[in-house]
Amino acid sequence: MSSKEIVRLNDVWVYYDDIPVLEKINLSIQENDFLAIIGPNGGGKTTLLKVILGLVKPQKGEVKVFGDSPEKTRKFIGYVPQYTGFDFKFPINVFDAVLTGRYRYRGVLNGYKREDKDMVKRALQMVEMWEYRNRQIGKLSKGQQQRVLLARALVTEPKLLLLDEPTASFDIPMQTGFYNILNDLKKKMAIVMVSHDITAISVYVDKIACLNRRLFYHDSKEIKAEELEAVYRCPVEIIAHGVPHRVLKKHKEEDD
Amino acid sequence: MIELLQFEFIRNAIIAGILASIACGIIGPYVVVKRWVFISGGISHAAFGGIGLGYLLGINPVWGAVIFALASALGIGILSKGTSLREDTVIGIFWALGMSAGVIFIALAPGYAPDLFSYLFGNILTVPLSDIVLMAFLCLIIILVVSFLYKEFLAFSFDEEFAVVVGVPVKLLYILLLSLIALTVVILIRIVGIILVMILLTVPAAIGSQFTFNFKKIMLFSIILGIIFTFAGLWLSVVLNLASGATITLVAGIGFFISLLIKHLPFGTPIKKI
Repeated sequence: MSSKEIVRLNDVWVYYDDIPVLEKINLSIQENDFLAIIGPNGGGKTTLLKVILGLVKPQKGEVKVFGDSPEKTRKFIGYVPQYTGFDFKFPINVFDAVLTGRYRYRGVLNGYKREDKDMVKRALQMVEMWEYRNRQIGKLSKGQQQRVLLARALVTEPKLLLLDEPTASFDIPMQTGFYNILNDLKKKMAIVMVSHDITAISVYVDKIACLNRRLFYHDSKEIKAEELEAVYRCPVEIIAHGVPHRVLKKHKEEDD
Repeated sequence: MIELLQFEFIRNAIIAGILASIACGIIGPYVVVKRWVFISGGISHAAFGGIGLGYLLGINPVWGAVIFALASALGIGILSKGTSLREDTVIGIFWALGMSAGVIFIALAPGYAPDLFSYLFGNILTVPLSDIVLMAFLCLIIILVVSFLYKEFLAFSFDEEFAVVVGVPVKLLYILLLSLIALTVVILIRIVGIILVMILLTVPAAIGSQFTFNFKKIMLFSIILGIIFTFAGLWLSVVLNLASGATITLVAGIGFFISLLIKHLPFGTPIKKI
């Protein structure tokens, strides 16, 4: 492998109070990875992203992002937070919401500049939301709101894009449109997305990991059926041909 | 109304009303979008402890209110972020503690506290010039801080977590905004009193945010609405010989319901059935 490692997690443990959320996580992300992390709700996916962002401090283990602590290097990360739990009533229009992503290039007492606004324009055009720039952010469909959050992450000019359940509220055409955008982006940056929905994983994804407190990852697109079962605590059947990565749940006939 | 202007206390009341409207017009929108209305309530009630302490020590009670308001703002902020306690638990404790401290300080103070009622329910007609100077100074702090840190406060209010990621000094802004709320509360106490502070922090911003989603315009609307409410309430309270704080509060409340009617009836967006 000639590509450069941008994220390394060594034996990372995270507890909320005494309850372990992440156990013994070892993960390496390369500079041109497109990695999907799947796992059930409550499996620690969001926490894992927040560890990479330095928003959650692990009780044990080492986190290196771009060779340094995440607090110093998270400026290279574009973060698209989980859509739910977001205040879409907030009095802000699409343009200004995306503009906040340019903050790291300005800082206190420096106003946003022409180039920031140009960058916002390009990002909104890319996600096909430019014509909605003056809309209040709540007056958009869910898919449009998600694209705005993506644009906001892109104007930070990230080298790594983290997406938390980006397609959770999407229907299939919306999902396809969103993945087409990501497919264009993956040439320019590493992308990590997490999802609880195995069927939501894009065909463009290069690597898949499973997470349920523990991480199962082979630096590839393969997941073993046993691992999925261990992660989801229920039997699954993988249909590997035809529709790649489509995973269907099928419960075994149990004793009763 | 014009002939009333010859009285100094009326002129002072008008200046106080304008200062209070500017402060609540700038800070109120943040209180509303951050859902900090009851933090503000907690801060204002805790400030009563400072007023009592002012009487006990024989200093201007407003200074006591400044100290108690700031201390409770920081206390509520630090305890609700830094411990596993829920925010409303912490608010409730500060709220009641401040009130009870005030009652005890005043009981210990020699003599009778004559204008206690005006701190609880406000009296815009008895604001002395010294308090106006102090209010103007606090107002200036609020204007300066918010104009210098406007884009920081916007990013922080809109999405705190994302703000952290792009390098906004979120912890500092959190403490700063709470402190500005404390200062606003102190300014408002003279106008509508401790108990009614929440109306001027919320109603102008709540009305403004129904009609625009531009944050600066909401601030501007709120300032104008605050001035309208305090002046109308002041005038009514003089004409009808009613308590000014309660009258201003009632006028603002009525204004709020009228804004709902304008927004939702008969042509506007219908209120959703629940």
